[in-house]
Amino acid sequence: MTLTHLQRLEAESIDIMREAVAETEHPVMLYSIGKDSSVMLHLAMKAFHPSKPPFPLLHVDTTWKFREMIEFRASTVQRLGLELIVHVNPEALALNINPFTHGSATHTDIWKTQGLKQALDKYGFDAAFGGARRDEEKSRAKERIFSFRSAQHRWDPKMQRPELWRLYNARKNKGESIRVFPLSNWTELDVWQYIRRESIPIVPLYFAKERPVVARDGALIMVDDERMPLEAGERPMLMNVRFRTLGCYPLTGAIESDADTLTAIIQEMLLATTSERQGRVIDRDSAGSMEKKKLEGYF
Amino acid sequence: MAHTPDPVARDIEHYLESHERKDLLRFITCGSVDDGKSTLIGRLLYESKVLYEDQLAALEAESKKFGTQGGDLDFALLLDGLTAEREQGITIDVAYRFFSTDKRHFIVADTPGHEQYTRNMVTGASTADVAVLLIDARKGVLTQTRRHSYLVSLLGISKVALAINKLDMVGYSKDVFDAIEREYREFAKEIGLNDVVCIPLSALKGDNVTAGSVNTPWYRGPSLMGFLETVEIPNAVESGPFRLPVQWVNRPNLDFRGFSGRIVGGAVRPGDRVRVVPSGKESTVARVVAKAGDLERAVAGQSITLTLADEIDVSRGDMLVAALSPPEIADQFEATVIWMHEDEMLPGRPYLLKIGAKTVGVSIAAPKYKINVNTLEHLAAKTLQQNEIAVCNLNLDQPIAFDPYVENRDTGGFILIDRMTNDTIGAGLLHFALRRSQNIHWQAIEVNKQAHGALKGHKPCVVWFTGLSGSGKSTIANIVEKKLHALGRHTYLLDGDNVRHGLNKDLGFTEADRVENIRRVAEVARLMVDAGLIVLVSFISPFRAERRFARERVEPGEFCEIFVDTPLGVAEQRDTKGLYKKARSGNLKNFTGIDSPYEPPEHAEVRVDTVGSAPEAAAESIIAQLRRMGVLG
Repeated sequence: MTLTHLQRLEAESIDIMREAVAETEHPVMLYSIGKDSSVMLHLAMKAFHPSKPPFPLLHVDTTWKFREMIEFRASTVQRLGLELIVHVNPEALALNINPFTHGSATHTDIWKTQGLKQALDKYGFDAAFGGARRDEEKSRAKERIFSFRSAQHRWDPKMQRPELWRLYNARKNKGESIRVFPLSNWTELDVWQYIRRESIPIVPLYFAKERPVVARDGALIMVDDERMPLEAGERPMLMNVRFRTLGCYPLTGAIESDADTLTAIIQEMLLATTSERQGRVIDRDSAGSMEKKKLEGYF
Repeated sequence: MAHTPDPVARDIEHYLESHERKDLLRFITCGSVDDGKSTLIGRLLYESKVLYEDQLAALEAESKKFGTQGGDLDFALLLDGLTAEREQGITIDVAYRFFSTDKRHFIVADTPGHEQYTRNMVTGASTADVAVLLIDARKGVLTQTRRHSYLVSLLGISKVALAINKLDMVGYSKDVFDAIEREYREFAKEIGLNDVVCIPLSALKGDNVTAGSVNTPWYRGPSLMGFLETVEIPNAVESGPFRLPVQWVNRPNLDFRGFSGRIVGGAVRPGDRVRVVPSGKESTVARVVAKAGDLERAVAGQSITLTLADEIDVSRGDMLVAALSPPEIADQFEATVIWMHEDEMLPGRPYLLKIGAKTVGVSIAAPKYKINVNTLEHLAAKTLQQNEIAVCNLNLDQPIAFDPYVENRDTGGFILIDRMTNDTIGAGLLHFALRRSQNIHWQAIEVNKQAHGALKGHKPCVVWFTGLSGSGKSTIANIVEKKLHALGRHTYLLDGDNVRHGLNKDLGFTEADRVENIRRVAEVARLMVDAGLIVLVSFISPFRAERRFARERVEPGEFCEIFVDTPLGVAEQRDTKGLYKKARSGNLKNFTGIDSPYEPPEHAEVRVDTVGSAPEAAAESIIAQLRRMGVLG
């Protein structure tokens, strides 16, 4: 019996999670509510069954997520009976940091990068699972599965430990923490296929529906609440759209689509002509921008 | 995707079904800097239609900015991930790439051809099923080709595609191709690579990458993609005996006790007889538990949770194995060691070894020989430098279960970890257990340490003095011994200079010899503690790792580290033996503090300041500490 592609990936991810749990003291799972997080969580439920995953979930909230994401977060945690920590950067809240006034770079840095560091320090987590995949972006392709961060949460791509066979060296120096990426070897298509095969619940925003959007800088932005300032003459239009990735609603472009089933989504993805992250405004800021963010501590 | 795969539009359900049934091939590409490796992988990605239009647009833009193809698409840029590398035009680490065709999924490990990055290639090869080796047709079989081939065969990859690239630059000459093939096959045979396919290629122009080329009508073999899509994925491990390293004990409540891990050999089903190693206890598999329902059978590669019919002791690091074909158990081995760190390997120094879910202490003996990876010659060696490979004996601090690497990569492959920095400093492959480890058993002695100590009316221990030459270690140790003697205690003083006249007179002052010097003294001190003595050790002992090793030789509470903290300037001014003068004039090499480092203790039990206080007072404070530790009864 030869394992299929998805079986091999699943086994590897479970192996990685168990190893991280066995070798660290205080792990946490970064839960971003998106499809990759949904898959990662599903794998965790399998890895530790019949026990519950022996770690809490952490969501670094920016207060600018889609409302449906927050609803989905609540229902998921309740359905699975897990502990969820929601961290909201108090400084960002006090300064009312938002993408409209401060721009996407500052918004992302303060809410997400700084917020994440605060949360990890506050609770003293020494390992954090993240759903990043190596196929997403070039600098990710070289990152280890067990990726170390300094006490200041910085990533040093030149100082990475070699990772051989299935042997992960999880020994930390004082102050260091680990980012663990169980989905490193998955591709976007793998994630979708696995969601389909395992019937994993995902946020409804991934499915096409009529939603109010405005066109800005070549992206369709959904008007998710009243905080979104409309420019003179700008009026939300109702369009059949869906999202390929989920983040802060003002920074996440929708695509026009009629794909309202998983199969239709996968078909559309296979026929699509632009890559996943293009919907994310943050990656376009400058060449090598993801690498820069990662050096500074972005997940 | 950029080019529409028709089946997707026509019948998505069918497409997804067949896609789900595909298997996965992991391969590694190796070649020298300019062999066109990145170009080849970029081309494979391009041809397998996994690039999106925005990626292609970015590639076009970057090709104009950084490209080496005069503005044409430079596929190499797709792979060179990090900004710095992009600018230098070289790849400096292992990068993983993903693509799939109608037949298979692929994960490619792209590894650099630089001399100093052998470690990256070994890393990439450790998870690969097959290897694609690139050769520049204009250059033929180079030293680097030999090295890459050797590493590939060392790591246990038996199937190799030799891609003879840049054939367009030699006019698609059959003669050039044939000559290279002949030469390579001869060499491959020598190193045991018997399953080689040679393919004439131009990664740049696309000849024989995904389909046969009109430019090489004389070639009848598969295209590179054809080879990758059809080569058999080696799964010998699945047919071997059952092996499950236990990663995690699953204990949700008192009624359930499961053992979780990834099967690395054979298969298992309920009712199978299994043995726990190294303890040797046996039981029967009760259930193979999975969330969607128990499994009837699980095979190598799967991550599972097992329960057993009996309540026997199993913990992380143990292995569950087929009762009828258990692995060997030993604590001394011959192994191939691949050194990956810039700090050299020091024989005798205590390191950590991780194999499966088990981490144990290890020391490596002086290499039997190292291997010149270019010529495969065996060379004499005392230590190992970064990227060197050697055959050495290993000495573990406890027995482990293992299979030879050639039989099972997962139960025979290990990594080495530095105890201080926690870096992964090397990797290795177990060959076999040394007979002496199988035949020499620890002799349990009935008159033990406690009995010896009780007779003497004290608790035996090691009092370890460390500090620079001339810091005053021996002076203070002498006073302490006199005081203890006066108190009627049984002591012995091991002095660095004196021991070097006898036991250690074969050792010099290189870093490696210093490590061995301390290892021997630590072992002697342990024997003396066993004999019930209070052992005073007065050695410079400059490295933390060895002092920690000495501390770990004895039980907690039996080691008292004294840091004789004299600043270099003061010690040099005293220069009681005239050694600093010699060292400064260059007549004495590797002198601690001058051209060899001293690593001060971080947690010494006593720190002695010889500038501010007299040796007598220092000795008193040490006696006081020994009282606090309960040594003096």
